[in-house]
Amino acid sequence: MLMAAAQGGDRTAYAALLKTCIPLISAVARRTGASMDCVDDVVQETLITLHGARHTYDPARSFVAWLSTLAQRRAVDVLRRQGRSHTREVHAPIAYENYASPEQSPEQRLEEQARRRLLHDAVASLSAAQKEAVRHLAIDEQSLNQAAAATSRSKGALKVNLHRALAALRTRLTGDGP
Amino acid sequence: MTRPDTDTLIETLTRELQPVGRLRAPAVRAAMWLGVVGGLGTLMAIFADTSALARRMAIAPDMWVSVVGSGLTAITACIAAFQLSLPDRNGRWALLPVPAALLWIVASGAGCLRTLAAGENGAIRHSLECLVFLVLVSAPLSAILIVMLRRGYALRPGLVAVMGGLAAAAAAALLLNFFHPFDAVATDLLVHTLAVGLILGINWAFGGRILNARR
Repeated sequence: MLMAAAQGGDRTAYAALLKTCIPLISAVARRTGASMDCVDDVVQETLITLHGARHTYDPARSFVAWLSTLAQRRAVDVLRRQGRSHTREVHAPIAYENYASPEQSPEQRLEEQARRRLLHDAVASLSAAQKEAVRHLAIDEQSLNQAAAATSRSKGALKVNLHRALAALRTRLTGDGP
Repeated sequence: MTRPDTDTLIETLTRELQPVGRLRAPAVRAAMWLGVVGGLGTLMAIFADTSALARRMAIAPDMWVSVVGSGLTAITACIAAFQLSLPDRNGRWALLPVPAALLWIVASGAGCLRTLAAGENGAIRHSLECLVFLVLVSAPLSAILIVMLRRGYALRPGLVAVMGGLAAAAAAALLLNFFHPFDAVATDLLVHTLAVGLILGINWAFGGRILNARR
């Protein structure tokens, strides 16, 4: 009766009809196997289908049977779609927590920062000549000839300065003397 | 995409509501399309050599079986297509044209075997003309049928389009008898099968997409 009025354009009857349909659609969705979180999707998709297909309803036939078939088809569609997304997506919170990150952990990062700070302070405590020898020969990995040309110092002086610098750093960082 | 809640959806659908004309019964709509086929057949009969057809029918009465098979396939496939274009109809309607289609295939195959036994060779007689005829006649019949089926609301558009294609192909094969009043030889049968397959494939690909565009 309401559907026939809706076919004629009666908006009040149509709004009442759509609201009346919700419990029936929900029941069909649950019977078809839709989970609670899917029932709303089935209800909405069925209402949209009903709207598009309302001209195909023959008032001589049962409206409940017509709507039940529509709801069942839409429930199957929603279940299929859900099944497809489940094959692509995995919900595994424990696996996620156990996953080893390729990046350093926060603790490792803090240790690394502390080590760098310590080394920086130790190098800062060296004399200017020793710092120069460490920078050219150890950090920049230059040869003695290159370092001598760059610093205008003799190779012997550079070797002595590097040797003293390493001894001073070892003492400072490990507490062991040569 | 987030969905509106159901109450908002109901408000939107109610606001969009327009009066709609009810769809006629599937049998009535099928009869309308079959009327188009009948009209085309009458037009072709004017230009065809109907006396040759009558002579061949008198000599090989089993040709009637093939004619009846293709005619029944066109009728039942067309009814199945209109039934399936309604959202609440059972998918088993697709089985309706199966017996008639089997009759059509078996009768055409039997005619082919008889020509082989009679020693006729399988040269490509009018096979290619038949292919062109079948495709050219099926195309407008399929197009008219798809336009009519679009008035429905098919939830299985591919299946509906295939049923429509089968109806059009069978109707074209029925009308071909006006210009092909003899049993099929092997190449004819092969070409006919190819033509029907082609028509069904095109309908499934394009008709299904056109019908699906309404959803």
